[in-house]
Amino acid sequence: MATTSLKKLSDMPELLTGGHAACPGCGGPIIIRQVLLAAQQDGRKVVASISTGCMEVSTTIYPDSAWRVPIFHSAFENSAATISGAEAAYRSLKRQGKYEGEIAFIAFGGDGGTYDIGFQSLSGALERGHNFTYVCYDNEAYMNTGIQRSGATPKGAWTTTAPDGTVEPGKREIKKDLTAIVAAHGVPYCAQASPHRPRDLMRKVQKAVATEGPCFLNILSPCPRGWRHDPDVTIQLCKLAADTCVWPLYEIENGKLSINYKPKEKKPVREWLKSQQRFRHLFAPKNEHLIEEIQAELDAKWGQLLAREAFDNEQEQESE
Amino acid sequence: MSELLKKDEMKPGGIGQGGSMERRYTGSWRTFVPITDFETCIQCLACWIVCPDSAIPVEDGERRETNMHHCKGCGICAVECPVDAITMVREGEEDDE
Repeated sequence: MATTSLKKLSDMPELLTGGHAACPGCGGPIIIRQVLLAAQQDGRKVVASISTGCMEVSTTIYPDSAWRVPIFHSAFENSAATISGAEAAYRSLKRQGKYEGEIAFIAFGGDGGTYDIGFQSLSGALERGHNFTYVCYDNEAYMNTGIQRSGATPKGAWTTTAPDGTVEPGKREIKKDLTAIVAAHGVPYCAQASPHRPRDLMRKVQKAVATEGPCFLNILSPCPRGWRHDPDVTIQLCKLAADTCVWPLYEIENGKLSINYKPKEKKPVREWLKSQQRFRHLFAPKNEHLIEEIQAELDAKWGQLLAREAFDNEQEQESE
Repeated sequence: MSELLKKDEMKPGGIGQGGSMERRYTGSWRTFVPITDFETCIQCLACWIVCPDSAIPVEDGERRETNMHHCKGCGICAVECPVDAITMVREGEEDDE
């Protein structure tokens, strides 16, 4: 039986070794460790693919690999297509009786490789209904190549291609809501998680790998270099993101949405913006109005989530 | 630097073996060293699950001394420890503590 008890999980083999070249305090390896620990339970083996990105370049420096699972480095745009092929071959082998045993197919991608460049292959794989789990570690920009803006970069954030200055206030556009876009594909399970609640994250991974069909996990991954924060507050920032509702933790299972964490007191977004230097320019007098805008947008999003959850609960009660 | 596989030991397009990055030494990246007080430690494993460098070994459900071969000194463990059993000390000044 799958467990999220840390004591029990600590007996499991560590599938991502140290010695990789991710920056100190990077959120990515924490997420990968937690995902791999959770996915290998119930006698499952893991087969992974990873699109080009921070985690790929730092964990697979030729000729070494930090992964203790079979891993395929695909190009930037086709992590999901690669895992589709592997999963289709596995199904064929199983049908022919040439292989027995359970395999969890997991595709990893950064936000660039998921929100933007890899979106077509992800969308295709979701639509074809392969039995795999896609894990996006979202660090909100193209960090690997030097902090360029992506579809996941939030409004107002500084990046090298959305700089702040006398005219520009950082990125002008809002962040793409990819979890909602994936949910619109009608997948059986998709969720948002964060490494500051490892047991919640690992429960979601276990649910995803045990679910037949395509599943999607969107996980917030702080980046000390790109977000401009100290490396030791990585996990605290995740907590703050959940408390300010910048990164709500929720899951959508067979169309029913449930929020996994509701902050007792919703903190103002100012605290989130203040915690990272990439938002520093927003506190200049000429940009102050943007903070109000960001707060209003977040409140609207959070309100929509709460309303959707209440609606889904009502529907369920009616159908009973 | 660890010993790398020879050219003829590798499969075309592939890498030598999984987990071989373990041999690489990233301890030199550190500015601060985590010092764990095992008398205060309550073995909750909160540090182990959030270590980005898999540098906190756990045996029989109990954490052991941090692996200084891999630890990059990010300090996440010290911040996350609920009983403040881990302190970050500047590299080379551990003995003064």
